[in-house]
Amino acid sequence: MTNVTMTVNGKAVSGDVEGRTLLSSFLREGLGLTGTHVGCDTSQCGACVVHVDGKPVKSCTVFALDVAGAAVKTIEGMANADGSLGVIQQAFQDHHGLQCGFCTPGMVMSAAALLADNPKPTESEVRHYLEGNICRCTGYHNIVKAVLAASGQDVAAVAAE
Amino acid sequence: MHNFDFVKPSSVADAVRALSAEGAQALSGGQTLLPTMKQRLAAPAVLVSLTGIADTKGVSLSGGALSVGGATTHAVVAQEARKHYPALADLAGGIGDPAVRSRGTIGGSLANNDPSACYPAAVLASGATVITDRRRIAADDFFQGMFATALHDGEIITGVLFPIPEKAAYVKFNQPASRFALTGVFVAKYGSGVRVAVTGASANGVFRWTEAERALSASFTPAAIAGLSLPSEGMIADLHGSAAYRANLARVLTGRGVASAH
Ligand SMILES: Cc1cc2nc3c(=O)[nH]c(=O)nc-3n(C[C@H](O)[C@H](O)[C@H](O)COP(=O)(O)OP(=O)(O)OC[C@H]3O[C@@H](n4cnc5c(N)ncnc54)[C@H](O)[C@@H]3O)c2cc1C
Ligand code: FES
Ligand code: FES
Repeated sequence: MTNVTMTVNGKAVSGDVEGRTLLSSFLREGLGLTGTHVGCDTSQCGACVVHVDGKPVKSCTVFALDVAGAAVKTIEGMANADGSLGVIQQAFQDHHGLQCGFCTPGMVMSAAALLADNPKPTESEVRHYLEGNICRCTGYHNIVKAVLAASGQDVAAVAAE
Repeated sequence: MHNFDFVKPSSVADAVRALSAEGAQALSGGQTLLPTMKQRLAAPAVLVSLTGIADTKGVSLSGGALSVGGATTHAVVAQEARKHYPALADLAGGIGDPAVRSRGTIGGSLANNDPSACYPAAVLASGATVITDRRRIAADDFFQGMFATALHDGEIITGVLFPIPEKAAYVKFNQPASRFALTGVFVAKYGSGVRVAVTGASANGVFRWTEAERALSASFTPAAIAGLSLPSEGMIADLHGSAAYRANLARVLTGRGVASAH
């Protein structure tokens, strides 16, 4: 076991991990931050996406020790300081961007990374950026609407097909 | 996944030393190696992370060529190669998805030499030079068949030097589930001639289509290759496409690459 230290949602944290401990396991089992979901554990689904130093990564495909010292942000860090839903989360609720909710933490983290890079994406840019996030419920349409709404754009134009 | 010792050196020399240990293996972005270890297809005793070595990261111009550090992520190449070698930036920006591009690196992709990977096509079509901790390897000598390269045990790719073409394009036909190339073609036009590299098609991995190179060096137009064809022997055949389908796709994508080269 090796002690690892990093910043998670603004707080310094540390814990004992093995070489093989994945960042997703450290977050969920080490820190009790179970908002980060593990859907496939094979790098395909994107449910486990968190930010490492501001960039989206699949936390099931990174060793905790390899991101020692990094600033990590998870879905638990997306709410406002008073506990109310953040802008992207609220948009997912308003536009029915989730059904079972399993993919949602990864969707919200990927959407946040997109909007940080490209504050007013087009519909096709949103669809393209979310390629690595798989949803088995919604058919994606309301997710795309939610992301466009979170960017402050008019979603009436995105008609249901 | 079996357990291992994890080390993260901060220089190439320390990494080479660490890799000389019994059962040691390099770890770059982990986007191929972690899934492989989870399946227990790889079980290193020591993992040597290369992501802590600052001088193998980044993109710069070096004597008219574009130098890309071995540990540079796809996301950084997509951004920083844009104004010098746009077709290379397009290729990097089309690998996998944004989260894969945040971690995956050029060095890892080349060392792995997946028969459907994108970077091998750029390196071969550019006649690039792969730089390691101990030597320089010409692209034509580097790729040695599916998942096989000229690298020795414990040898680290520290960078790649790309001669910058007059025009180039990478055209990838996505395999939508894996997001790798079902087939992909990189076309690059240099003063000395045209090079064409095909990935995702041959069971031997990336290859140059020399017949198309000759025709395109004489006339850089889609019409120049319209009458050519690639044999389907030795092409990959799976549920996504037959050998004949891939051979034809390579020809079609080459034409599109010539038409869209920039
Ligand atoms: C969902 C998904 C989609 C993908 N889509 C594509 C795609 O469309 N196109 C594509 O080309 N790739 C794709 N990939 C693969 C991706 O590009 C990987 O990043 C790449 O193949 C490996 O790079 P890495 O840095 O992650 O290497 P790692 O996984 O860390 O290592 C891979 C291998 O290379 C060795 N190695 C690593 N670095 C070096 C080095 N510097 N010197 C010597 N040996 C080294 C390791 O020991 C290991 O054997 C995808 C991956 C995933 C998970
Ligand atoms: S759980 Fe990480 S990509 Fe699916
Ligand atoms: S809401 Fe169920 S998987 Fe997306």
